[in-house]
Amino acid sequence: MTDVPDHLVSLSERLRDAAAARETTAVIGLGTRPLLENESTTDVARHFVSAPSGVLDFQPDEMIVRCGAGTPLDELRAVLRSAGQDVNIGGSGTIGGALARGWSDVHRLGRGPIRDVLLETLLVDHRGTTIRVGGPTVKNVTGFDLARVLVGSLGTLGVLGEVTVRTRPLPLESRWSVIDGVDRRRLDEVRRHLYRPTSLLWDGGRLWIHLDGHPQDIDEQLQRWGARSDSPPALAPHRWSLPPDDALEVVGEEGDVVEVGVGLVHRRRPAPSRRVTAPEVHRRLETEFDPHRLLNPQVKRFSER
Amino acid sequence: MIDAFLTRLRRELGPDNVKDGRVDIALYSHDASNMVGAAGVVCFPESTSDVVSVLRACHEHHRPFVVRGAGTGLAGGATPLDDACVISTIRMNSVDTVDVVNRTAWVGPGMLNLDLSRTVSDLDPVFGLHFAPDPSSQQSCTIGGNVANNSGGPHCLAEGVTSSHVLALEIVLSDGSVHVVGGEEPEPPGLDLRGAVVGSEGMFGVVTRVCVRLTPDPPHVRTMLFDYVDVAKGAETVSAVIAAGMVPDALEMMDQLCIRAVEDYVHAGLPTDAGAVLLVEVSGLRHQVEHDTERIVAIARANGCRSVRHAHSEEERALLWKGRKTAFGAVARIKPNYYLHDTVVPRRHLPDVLQEIYRIVADLDLLVLNVFHAGDGNLHPLIVFDKREPGVLERVHEAGRRIVETSVAAGGVLSGEHGIGLEKRDYMPLMFDDDDLAAQAGLRRAFDPFGLANPAKVLPSPSGCGDAATIDDGVWI
Repeated sequence: MTDVPDHLVSLSERLRDAAAARETTAVIGLGTRPLLENESTTDVARHFVSAPSGVLDFQPDEMIVRCGAGTPLDELRAVLRSAGQDVNIGGSGTIGGALARGWSDVHRLGRGPIRDVLLETLLVDHRGTTIRVGGPTVKNVTGFDLARVLVGSLGTLGVLGEVTVRTRPLPLESRWSVIDGVDRRRLDEVRRHLYRPTSLLWDGGRLWIHLDGHPQDIDEQLQRWGARSDSPPALAPHRWSLPPDDALEVVGEEGDVVEVGVGLVHRRRPAPSRRVTAPEVHRRLETEFDPHRLLNPQVKRFSER
Repeated sequence: MIDAFLTRLRRELGPDNVKDGRVDIALYSHDASNMVGAAGVVCFPESTSDVVSVLRACHEHHRPFVVRGAGTGLAGGATPLDDACVISTIRMNSVDTVDVVNRTAWVGPGMLNLDLSRTVSDLDPVFGLHFAPDPSSQQSCTIGGNVANNSGGPHCLAEGVTSSHVLALEIVLSDGSVHVVGGEEPEPPGLDLRGAVVGSEGMFGVVTRVCVRLTPDPPHVRTMLFDYVDVAKGAETVSAVIAAGMVPDALEMMDQLCIRAVEDYVHAGLPTDAGAVLLVEVSGLRHQVEHDTERIVAIARANGCRSVRHAHSEEERALLWKGRKTAFGAVARIKPNYYLHDTVVPRRHLPDVLQEIYRIVADLDLLVLNVFHAGDGNLHPLIVFDKREPGVLERVHEAGRRIVETSVAAGGVLSGEHGIGLEKRDYMPLMFDDDDLAAQAGLRRAFDPFGLANPAKVLPSPSGCGDAATIDDGVWI
């Protein structure tokens, strides 16, 4: 067994004791990312645990940070910002919660998805055993990439105890702008000419553009389109995932905002429930990692959706 | 080998796509590593349904299979063991669709890395397009091989490795079932099985189609060469650049012996009296590039850089890169054989680990050249030798072992881009204990409960004990 660091001892013991009694345990963060209706069961766990909080190691010249998975993102960002860096995870709540949820923020187009952020984790499994997953360097192909599978797994495969994530330097400037009266044709034209925007949000008429970079480059990129500074739009709570072109086609309902080039539509009404591909692989993974379903019983297993 | 298995393969794939002649078997019994195994038969499927036929036959006849791209792997990942059925994807090399607006393409796994970039290059009239992962073998390695190894390359410092550039995969599992994992959409339902398959070294199934993300070419590029009296100064520059908040496209270093070998080979005008050179590339929009270039040059000078050479033309840039990318060809002029290593260390430990590597090879009376991705801390010590020298192989392997141990002790990892394969399988316990390895074995079993896909790689026994193959005594690891 991996040596259990002090800050994970209590988490590990509680899961071990619960497992010995064959009792269920749910992991809770700050409750900012509740389960959707089609993701939940009516089961309630017998025990509740949280991952430890606190930044353990931050090396700005390595561009990585190691912290308890229960560390609030706001606290983490404050530490990173003091060295001119940030982490590519949006929203509030805990870092472990954000990773377990697996939702990328609106800058995915330019900054990449949240799944690329996690480098290494100490995972506490259904028996309370600590498992090392991944490695502490940005470049690493040692063994299978289990870390990718944990991002978005909603705690069904284990509890993220400690995480090491890559950071990114803050750009010289970050700016939101908007262009009015943008139809599909205009949208395609603007997209074609913008160099690597970090985000493009479109509601069927307005196009919000987010650019990172040198202020003069940002000015030059925006100049020809008559863009004006603006804040990004408020986003509806539900996420519809579609191939990027299909996402542009569905925009039309009140409150719809699409992440252009990504395919995510933020909508007021919930997305329909969908089956997973390779359900047998999902089922076997769920059985391998939690054979008695002791972890997060409130989460409906992926293989059963 | 005339048996029902072979007869069935010939019938389903056609006789031209199934080879078991002596020359073919010998050719496909190894990859670009020094490890030689034993292929039973070699298949050349042309479609997903061909692959399904092969895997169903393997499944029913309990034959292990090894999928293979161009065979450029350096860790023995594509070396077949126990007369495994080798599945070459080289005839599945088409570009099926390209979506220029959303910058994605579906390609066959046998597509060559550089061919993909050449094919899509002119489709975006404003910027141009390319596939970002650029391993040094990019002229000959395949996209399927890149997926299997989660390959990197110099430009992965800023752009990320293959996993960041693969949106979806079509995979045939060892029971012959076909699945698409991941998707062109951002949040496909379920777990990120796509992410698990990338880097799985052919042990989860056979990838038959890949949806890649394409990257627009940068409008401005600045390529510079800094020279230093020693590697420590170069490494300090690297750390200082990153700490200052810049992630250049590439930060590549060569040490003295390497500089001299490369200069003899390509005549790029490299400073042969330098202890180290650092190749730096910055790209993007004009003001940002100029801003970063100025700051990086200032940091380099503050860290002991003796001279700065700017590439003033595309030809000069290509020449500097040619020096970097052909370094491995250049070493043949020093000694006839080489062993290329691949480990990663935290950037700040680069100078110490390099010193230790020099000490290790001196101690074993060997010669080492270093050419590596300094920005990632990804070392590539290249030990050159003449295998006719008695006892030299043992010393080469001993040096390799000590280099791997030194890297892990410095907080690094076993491999940055070559993978584990057979080469480093038995080093896995340096980083992972039995529980950690059991979790990885569990991930593999979820995809391949039969243990037929490229058995006995990556995971040391007993974690891989469900596998259908063993290592022959004669296999040289």
